[in-house]
Amino acid sequence: MSQIPTTKRAPAATDADETAVRKAIASTSRPPRANALSTAITFGWRGMLKVKHVPEQLLDVTITPVMFVLMFTYLFGGAIAGSTGAYLDYILPGILVMSVLFVTVYSGVALNTDLTKGVVDRFRSLPIWRSSPLVGSLLGDSVRYVLAGTVIISVGVIMGYRPGAGVPGAVSALGLVVVFAFGLSWVFTTLGLLLRSPNAVMNAGFMGIFPVTFLSNVFVDPTTLPPILEGFVNVNPVSTLATASRGLMEGNAEAGDIVIVLAVAAALTLVFAPLTTRLYRRG
Amino acid sequence: MTTNSALAIEATGLVKAFGDTTAVDGIDLAVRRGSVYGMLGPNGAGKTTTIRMLATLIRPDAGTALVLGHDIVKASDEVRGAVSLTGQLASVDEDLTGRENLILIGRLLGLKRQAAKTRATELLEAFGLSDAGGKLVKNYSGGMRRRLDIAASIVVTPELMFLDEPTTGLDPRSRNQVWGIIRALVAGGTTILLCTQYLEEADQLADGIAVIDHGRVIAEGTPSQLKASVGSGALRVRLLDPEQRPLAEQVLDREFGDIILEPDPAALSASCSDADRAAKAIAELARSGVRIANFSLSQPSLDEVFLALTGHPAEEVPSDDPVEEEQPT
Repeated sequence: MSQIPTTKRAPAATDADETAVRKAIASTSRPPRANALSTAITFGWRGMLKVKHVPEQLLDVTITPVMFVLMFTYLFGGAIAGSTGAYLDYILPGILVMSVLFVTVYSGVALNTDLTKGVVDRFRSLPIWRSSPLVGSLLGDSVRYVLAGTVIISVGVIMGYRPGAGVPGAVSALGLVVVFAFGLSWVFTTLGLLLRSPNAVMNAGFMGIFPVTFLSNVFVDPTTLPPILEGFVNVNPVSTLATASRGLMEGNAEAGDIVIVLAVAAALTLVFAPLTTRLYRRG
Repeated sequence: MTTNSALAIEATGLVKAFGDTTAVDGIDLAVRRGSVYGMLGPNGAGKTTTIRMLATLIRPDAGTALVLGHDIVKASDEVRGAVSLTGQLASVDEDLTGRENLILIGRLLGLKRQAAKTRATELLEAFGLSDAGGKLVKNYSGGMRRRLDIAASIVVTPELMFLDEPTTGLDPRSRNQVWGIIRALVAGGTTILLCTQYLEEADQLADGIAVIDHGRVIAEGTPSQLKASVGSGALRVRLLDPEQRPLAEQVLDREFGDIILEPDPAALSASCSDADRAAKAIAELARSGVRIANFSLSQPSLDEVFLALTGHPAEEVPSDDPVEEEQPT
């Protein structure tokens, strides 16, 4: 009986098949380069996939604000504003601001986590606009900001919150908050590139974001505060943002506030986006 | 612009320091197009840093290099357009599935959505990952991850591929698979610069080898030249019955001389690099009634290469900067 000759490395069904590999190599020609916008969007898509595969990371950042809404409204609402309903009208746009700004810290954490993995080396070695991984992940993060904000507004509505300007009011308030968050997240991506570990970014980030959000008019009317604190709260851009989102929700926003919010977001982007990009390219 | 079209890599005097540590200290390389060139050296010798410079991830402090005719500093974008990198830490995204990883790279390289999907399917099939395509990469075995990593590097076939220790930490079967893939790439005309700690790997795959130590090229040549300069490997025999070792020693001594009795009371070895002589010796042992548990004919290890070339064994240089230096995966 004659034996069928076998190769030394007989591949099983699940192994790489050299012939197929050869064919796979031969079958491509190099496509024209992807433009900056398309690569940024692709990185945004990558961010979305991560939310899909690891939805817990979204839970972390939405549960805390939801707890805040519930606790502050029912615990302090009566004492601060006379009734829980009245306080909810005041606090909900503020909590919206707070919860979305909390999520921005995670942009820095995610970037820092990325850097500890080899995949960044591959991105850096691709013929693409070198800032597209950054811009793309922030675009993807913006979707997370929208999700976090929507959760808060929904919780508010369930609790009886009715924005005076209706759905358009809520949408425009959310939009403004997300634009501001996009600007602020560059601060945390810079931090993400400077610090050693994701945990360090998280700690430093919340050390900054906690005072900035609490020392604002998010929870209480600043006129009740000691003068020095009141002075700080009034110049804190987070206060302006909270005031502007209350205004948009109620349909009586002041154009000046909106301009200030957009200007601060633009300024943060102008300073920290180039800084982030430089640090990222430096490797 | 192109000084020598026959060369894929032409590097002169590359230097890179991190703080006080000079990782690469004047490396010259000349790699022919279509060949596999091996850089052989221990951890911390400067291999990864050299690759990272050539792949334009970091800038050299001194020296110049042309990759496919493009200057790595002045025309880094052109270099990135023609090479691909498979890093030592697997360069794939652990939080995505294998398929998503390949689509991601395809889209970034300019493939249309549908083309990227088709290509991903094709590559998953070719690399034996069809079943695992929908699973998150963090659940992959080391071998699967490596294959995906290489697949990601050829979503669009590169002219030159950097492979940084592609088989470190893999079991022999996965290692053979990766070697098979590398051979297929070479047959397809891709030039490969391969970093490795294993002489055997360089010997199996490379046309030319540079031995790197402390950021310098300390020897260069074909695998056989290198092995010839190093001397022989060893035949190692392990007996079923330790009592028979003196007898086995006698028999082997007739063939080779220089028998080493190993700490294992059932094992002994002799310096030998000729397979025929080894086979003859094993047959002699059997004829004399020595019962053998197993035997192996091994090539000189990296340590022996280093000992022969430098007079000191390959030592691991502790690195200051864990991101820039070699780390075992």
